[in-house]
Amino acid sequence: MQQNQNADVASCRTWSRSYLGTTPKMPLRAVAAASLFASLLVVGGCGSNSTQSPSGTTASTGVSTASTSETSTSNQPTGDTVKVGILHSLTGTMAISEVSVKDAEMMAINEINAKGGVLGKKIEPVVEDGASDWPTFKTKAEKLLTQDKVAAVFGCWTSVSRKTVLPVFEKHNGLLWYPVQYEGMETSPNIFYTGATTNQQITPAVEWLLKNGKKKFFLLGSDYVFPRTANAEIKAQLKGAGLTPVGEEYTPLGHREYSTLVDKIKAAKPDIIFNSLNGDSNVEFFKQLKAVGLTAKDMPTMSVSIAEPEIQAIGADKLAGHWAVWNYFQTTNTPENKKWVADFKKANPKTPVTDDPMEAGYFGVYLWKAAVEKAKSFDVAKVKAASDGITFNAPGGPVKIDGKTQHVWKTVRIGVVQPDGQFKEVWNSGKPIKPDPYLDAYPWAKGLKDKLQT
Amino acid sequence: MVITALLLAPLLLSDFRLGLLGRFLAYAILALGLDLIWGYTGILSLGHGVYFGLGAYCAAMYLKLEATGGKLPEFMGYSGIEQLPFFWQPFRFAWLAFPLAMIVPAALAAMLGYFAFRSRIKGVFFSILSQALALVMVTLFLSQIGLIGGTNGITNFKTIFGHDINDSATQRAFYFLTVATLALTYVLCRWLVHGRFGKLLLAIRDAENRVRFTGYDPVGFKVFVYAISAALAGLAGVLFVLQVGLITPTEMDVPHSIRMVLWVALGGRATLIGPILGTLLVNFGENALSESYPAMWSLMMGVAFLACILFMPRGLMGLVNDANRWIKNRRERSSSTRIAEKSVTSHATTETIENSVV
Amino acid sequence: MNSGALASNLFNALSLGSILLLIALGLAITFGLMRVINMAHGEFIMAGAYATYVTQNFFQSKFPNFIGWYLIASIPFAFCVAALLGWLLEATVIRRLYGRPLDTLLATWGVSLILQQLARTIFGSLGVNVQSPAWLGGNWKLGESLVVPHERVFIMAVALGCLAGMGIFLYYSQVGRRIQAVMQNRDMASCLGISTRKVDALAFSVGSGLAGIAGCALTMLSSIDSNVGTKYIIDSFMVVVLGGVGSLAGAVAGALGMGVLNTVWEYETTASLGRVLTFVCVILFLQWKPQGLVATRSRALD
Repeated sequence: MQQNQNADVASCRTWSRSYLGTTPKMPLRAVAAASLFASLLVVGGCGSNSTQSPSGTTASTGVSTASTSETSTSNQPTGDTVKVGILHSLTGTMAISEVSVKDAEMMAINEINAKGGVLGKKIEPVVEDGASDWPTFKTKAEKLLTQDKVAAVFGCWTSVSRKTVLPVFEKHNGLLWYPVQYEGMETSPNIFYTGATTNQQITPAVEWLLKNGKKKFFLLGSDYVFPRTANAEIKAQLKGAGLTPVGEEYTPLGHREYSTLVDKIKAAKPDIIFNSLNGDSNVEFFKQLKAVGLTAKDMPTMSVSIAEPEIQAIGADKLAGHWAVWNYFQTTNTPENKKWVADFKKANPKTPVTDDPMEAGYFGVYLWKAAVEKAKSFDVAKVKAASDGITFNAPGGPVKIDGKTQHVWKTVRIGVVQPDGQFKEVWNSGKPIKPDPYLDAYPWAKGLKDKLQT
Repeated sequence: MVITALLLAPLLLSDFRLGLLGRFLAYAILALGLDLIWGYTGILSLGHGVYFGLGAYCAAMYLKLEATGGKLPEFMGYSGIEQLPFFWQPFRFAWLAFPLAMIVPAALAAMLGYFAFRSRIKGVFFSILSQALALVMVTLFLSQIGLIGGTNGITNFKTIFGHDINDSATQRAFYFLTVATLALTYVLCRWLVHGRFGKLLLAIRDAENRVRFTGYDPVGFKVFVYAISAALAGLAGVLFVLQVGLITPTEMDVPHSIRMVLWVALGGRATLIGPILGTLLVNFGENALSESYPAMWSLMMGVAFLACILFMPRGLMGLVNDANRWIKNRRERSSSTRIAEKSVTSHATTETIENSVV
Repeated sequence: MNSGALASNLFNALSLGSILLLIALGLAITFGLMRVINMAHGEFIMAGAYATYVTQNFFQSKFPNFIGWYLIASIPFAFCVAALLGWLLEATVIRRLYGRPLDTLLATWGVSLILQQLARTIFGSLGVNVQSPAWLGGNWKLGESLVVPHERVFIMAVALGCLAGMGIFLYYSQVGRRIQAVMQNRDMASCLGISTRKVDALAFSVGSGLAGIAGCALTMLSSIDSNVGTKYIIDSFMVVVLGGVGSLAGAVAGALGMGVLNTVWEYETTASLGRVLTFVCVILFLQWKPQGLVATRSRALD
C-alpha cells in the first residue's frame, strides 16, 4: 500500500532523474504533449469565431462575421447571412433526447437556405453544446446573444435549462424558441413556446379518459418539476369532476426498482395509471407491470413523456397497447409529415426516428422565418409584434402563433403503442387548440396559478 | 504582474468574457485547496464537487430568501411544504449564511476525513470513498425537491444587499471580490506550505509511517488540511453562485469533481501557480473547443487529458521547470552534470519558478 | 417485516448483489492485481451492452429462426469485444503508468470520455434496447408477494457462472496461478521467471471481458445508451472497498453486503435516503475492518 501511495510521486522523480544525469535535453514526449494540448487550444480559440455550416463541416465565415464583433450592439445582420443559435445538450445525459431535436432544427435551416434563405439572407446556425449542465446553458446563451449577436436561438429541453437561460434572454432581449411540452404557468416576453402547454396535452387527455369511463386515477411520476406540477393540475381537474386520485407516487430520477410500487398500484385497483415517469425508469416499471401479469388491457397507462425514441429505448414489446398523448406522431397522416419523415430518414440514417419535440423544433424555425418576413426585419421587438396569427402547415397539422402568450395553437392527439414501436392514433382534437398556459379558461383551475407559478 | 493583469481585465474584456474569467478564477480557489491535499499531502479527493456545492447551496439559500422576501420558495409551494424548514432558518441572515458556506463543507470533510484517516484508509481507497460521497450527496439533493429544489436546484435570485444581482456593476464587483479572494487564498496556501506545516504535509505524502515513528500523529494533520481544502471549495462555491446565479446538484456530481482534479494535474501538482494556471487553461480550452466543435469537443478533451497525464506527469509547471533547467544546463554545459545533480529536488526549483512568475 | 416482504427483499438483495458482483468481479481482478482503478470499466460495460445489441440485430437479419439464442451467443462476443478493448487500453495507457495508480485513474477517465463519444458517433445518440428472448419473458410465482422474473434469475445464473469460471481459472489453471502469484508478490514472482508484463496484460483483458459480460446482462434491465455503464460503476467500486482486495470471496461478500444494505435501507426509508444510509454503514464498517470483509493477510507495513 505504502509503496503504491507514493509511487506516483516517486516515479516523477525517477523519471526526471533519468535524463538529468546524462546529456541535458528537453524531454521530447513532454514537449510533444504540451504542443498537442496547446494546438488543440489554439485550434479551439481560432475556431471560436467560425461556425458550423449547415452541412456539418466547420467553415470560417470570413467577411460575414466581421460586422458582428464584440463592440456592435445591434443584432441586425449586415452581411448576406443571418446568424441563429442552436443550443442543445450534445453531450451528457440529456444528449439522448436533445441531439435529434438539433438535427430537426438543422434540417429546417438547410431547407430554408436551399430555397434562398430569409429576407434574402442565408441562415448561419451557430451550434452550442449545453452539455446537460445548467450553468453551461447559461454561459452559452450569453455567448450566443452577446458575442454572436444571433437573431434567434432555438434550443433547450428540460424546464430547468429554460428557466436558467430565461433571465439571460430577458436581459439581452434575445429570442428563444423552446420546442418541448412543459408544465405551463409561464409566459416570458422573450420566449416562444412551440411545444404543448398543459391544456394542449394533459388536460384533454384527462378529459378523454373521463369520457371513456376511467374514474380511478393513479398518478405516477419521477420526482421533479414537470410531474409535480402536472399532477397538481390533474388533481384540480379531477376535483372539478368530483373525483380524487386513488394514489399518487413519485420516484427519484433514474429509479429502477418498481416491485413495491407495482404492488401498491395493484392494491389500489385504479382504472388508469397516469404516467409521467422519466426515461429509463419506464423500462423497469413496464417490465414489472408485465411481470405481475398486468397487461395494457387490465391496467392501461397514459404517458406524457414517452415518444417514439423512448419506445425504441424501452422496447415496444413492453409498451404495446398503452396510450400516450402528444401533438404529433411519426405516423400522423398528413402529406407534410410523409415528406418530412422521408426527408429526415434520408438525412439521418443512423437515427431514423421523428417525434413531437423534433417536430416542434422543426416548425419553430419556419414560424420564426415567417414572422421575420412579415416584420421585414430581424429585430426582436418587430418580430414579436408581427408574430400574432402566423400559421404554418407543420407535419403534425396546421399551427398558429398566439401573439399574446407566445405559445402555439396545436392539435392534440392520443395514440396507442403498436408492437412495431409506432403509434396508432385513436383520438384527436379535430382542430388546433388555443394555448392557455395559466389555465384561465378552466373553472376548476381557479387559484392554481398562485400556487404553482414560479 | 499577474494581479495587475487581472485587475485590468475588466477594461479589456466584454462582460461575457469577464464573467467567464471570474467564474474560472473562483474555480481556481477550489483548485488551490485541492492541490493542498493532493499535491502536498497525497490525498486524492474525487468528491470535491460536494464541498463546492454545499458552499454554493448555503449562499443560494440566503439569496433565495432575499429574493422571495422571506416567503416560501416556489419549489416548496408545489411540493406541499407549508413552513420554512428548520435548516433554512439560519440562512435568513447574511452574517450566518456566508460563514456557514465554509463551515458546513469543512465540517462534513472533517467528519469523513476523521473516519477514513483514522482507520488508515488512503490512496485509491480514499478516492473511491470520496467519489461515493459525491454520488450519494447528488442522489440525496436530487430527491429533495421540496426542501432544496431537486434537479432544478436553487435559482432566480434578484438582489444582494439591495443591489440588483444581474447588474453589470454588481457583477464587476463580484469579479474584483473573486480576484481578491484568490490572492488571499494564494497567500494563505503559500504560508501553509512553506512553513513547518508544509514540510510535514510533504512528509506525510512521501512516508506517512516515518512521520508516525517520529512522534507525529498524521491523522490530525490530514483531517485539518482536508477540512481547509473543503472550506476553500465552499468559498469557491459562494463566488460561483454570486456570478452564475444558480446551483444545481449536477455541479456536485462525480464527473465534475474529477474534472476539478484534472485542472490541478494539468497545471502541476505541488506547486501553487500550477493549479491556477491549469484551471484557467482547461476551462478556457474547454470553452473554446466546445464553441468550435460542439459535437466532438468531449472526445478532444479526453485525448488531451490522456496525453497530458501520459507525457507530462508533473503538468505545465513541471514542463516550465524542465525548460528552465534545460536552458540553465545548456549555459553551463561544461559543469552540467554537477549542477543538475544539485537541482534534482524538484521542490526547490518549483519555489524559484513560482517567485519569478509572481 | 413479515415473511412475504422478507422473501421479496431477500430476492431483490440477491438480484442487485448479482449485478454488482458481475461488475465487481472484473474490477477485483484489475484492481486486485495492478492496484489500478479503471474509470473506463463502465465504458467496457457499455461496449458489452452494445455488443449484445449488435448480436441481436445480426441474428434478426441472418438467423431469424434462432433468434431465441442470440443472448447466449452474445455472451462470448461481449466478452471478446470488451477484452480486446481492455487489452488495447493496457498496452497503450496503463502499462506506461505503472506505479502511478492515481494518474492511471485520471488517464482512464479521459479514456472513458473518448469511448462515450465514440459510442454516440457509432450508434447515434438515441437509446436502443434488446428484446429479451421469449424463454426469459416469464416469471415464477412463489407465494403471495414474491414474483421471480426469469430475467433476474438469468442474471444471477450468469453471475454465478462467471464466479465459478473465474474460480477455476484463477485457482486451477496454470495461467491463473501465475496471476495469483503476481497478485501476492510481484517482485518474487518476477524473480521466479514469470513475465509480469504478460500476466498484467492477460489479467487486465480478462477483467475487462467480465465487464463486457456484465454489460450483456445489464441489457435485460436497462436501455442501452452511451451512459449505461456509469449507472452501477461507483457502487461496484464500493463493493471492492467493502469486500477487500485480492480474492474472489471478497468480491462476493462485498457484492452481497452492498445488495443487502441497499435493499433493506430502501425498503425501510426511500431510495435516495437508502443510499446515504448505505454509505454511512460502509464507512462505519471500515472503522472496524479497514481492510474490508475478506482481507488478504500481509506482514508488510500497512
